[in-house]
Amino acid sequence: MSTVATEVNDLEDIEISLLLDGLYRAYGFDFREYSRASIKRRILDLMHGENLATVSAFQDRVLHDAACLNRFLLGLSVHATAMFRDPSFYLTFRKKVVPLLRTYPTVQIWVAGCSTGEEVYSLAILLQEERLYGRCRIYATDISQAVLRKARDGIFPLAAMRDYTNNYHQAGGANEFSDYYTAQYDSVIFSSALKSNVVFSEHNLATDGSFNEFQVILCRNVMIYFNKDLQARVHHLLYDSLSMFGVFGLGNKESLKFTPRAAFYEHLNDKDKLYRKVM
Amino acid sequence: MAYEIVVVGASTGGLRALRVLLSGLPAEFFLPMVIVQHRGKHMETGLCEFLAHSSRLPVGEPEDKEPVLPGHAYLAPRDYHLLIQSRSFALSTESPVGFARPSIDVLFESAADEYRKRAIGVILTGANHDGARGLAAIKAQGGLTLVEDPVTAVCREMPDAAINLTRVDWILPLQEMAAGLYRLSINPGQYES
Repeated sequence: MSTVATEVNDLEDIEISLLLDGLYRAYGFDFREYSRASIKRRILDLMHGENLATVSAFQDRVLHDAACLNRFLLGLSVHATAMFRDPSFYLTFRKKVVPLLRTYPTVQIWVAGCSTGEEVYSLAILLQEERLYGRCRIYATDISQAVLRKARDGIFPLAAMRDYTNNYHQAGGANEFSDYYTAQYDSVIFSSALKSNVVFSEHNLATDGSFNEFQVILCRNVMIYFNKDLQARVHHLLYDSLSMFGVFGLGNKESLKFTPRAAFYEHLNDKDKLYRKVM
Repeated sequence: MAYEIVVVGASTGGLRALRVLLSGLPAEFFLPMVIVQHRGKHMETGLCEFLAHSSRLPVGEPEDKEPVLPGHAYLAPRDYHLLIQSRSFALSTESPVGFARPSIDVLFESAADEYRKRAIGVILTGANHDGARGLAAIKAQGGLTLVEDPVTAVCREMPDAAINLTRVDWILPLQEMAAGLYRLSINPGQYES
């Protein structure tokens, strides 16, 4: 076996810890409790993108070069998602959650970790079709300003629309999906009516607290990047931010099973990761 | 020195190859086996049931943070990368790597990091180069590397790519892969003799 490789690997882990520690102490961005395996991949990818050979050299640049810091933060905070990802989740939302929401005069919704906004626009389309959008306010939050700017712009690649259109119809959408956007060159821009009741704002799940009480919280494929301790903390935060009988949605390979709040929710069906707070 | 995990990568032709591999493993095979099989984004589930049908080990698609258990086979869910961290699964929706999500390289590199020399990597049939880098990472950490003999593979590109990048430990015909893994699981020193 190669002891050299093992040593390089251990050294890299130390360097990554130092980088994340430095980032937190210098700028307050806290990635220290992110799942190590995936954040390590991202850091090494970004490091190679900067043409640097060691994490220490990368740390030097991240701490002293503001443009590099921004690229780094963007690289760590984007999680690739899709509109109407897991169509059956949205179909169940339409069938089971919408009727619940009709009973409220106003509905506060939090999309926590909204990234570039695909999920926010999907939800807005669904609520508009169900004639609920007017009484909803959607808080779309993420830790990165750059990502939020993209979400606010609502501009997505034209090439993605075929997949999104399929997803939309599988999710119970009955209109022409292209009615919701205008294509220009190789991009599309979504109708600004879809964001009239959306508030995009910066929020860090790792360090910030609760800021409202919500009837719906979606936090899909966000906590998969956190380690178990941070996941547990965020589950407490989301639970505390949800009104009694509020609805909580996770990604379809996430589970409440391994979390401290599992017993406080009931499943809306046995397939999709939609839960209702019952305790 | 005992092995703790087997990671397996397959692409084109993989369904048949995985069925041969899984059906050849006895129920007492105790190493967890984690499998990435490339499949289309829209290919619906059913693969798991298909594989479970030919396996004496329980086969499932892991959820995030689910612990890796001995005697289980796990299939990476479609449209996610699958990684291992602190003896639990971690999922990611980061961009595809080499057009693949799940990516074999992503799983293998995380297994190399997590298990070091206690990992066994297996590359089966496929028409691309995914897994070659991951297998090299396992080898670099002192783990054991196995590749399906390109001659028995439906598509030999993936085995060839792995063999070209790494001096792999064993090149085995598909039919002998299960027996080889079983022997390694009960007698880990065998390779060194």
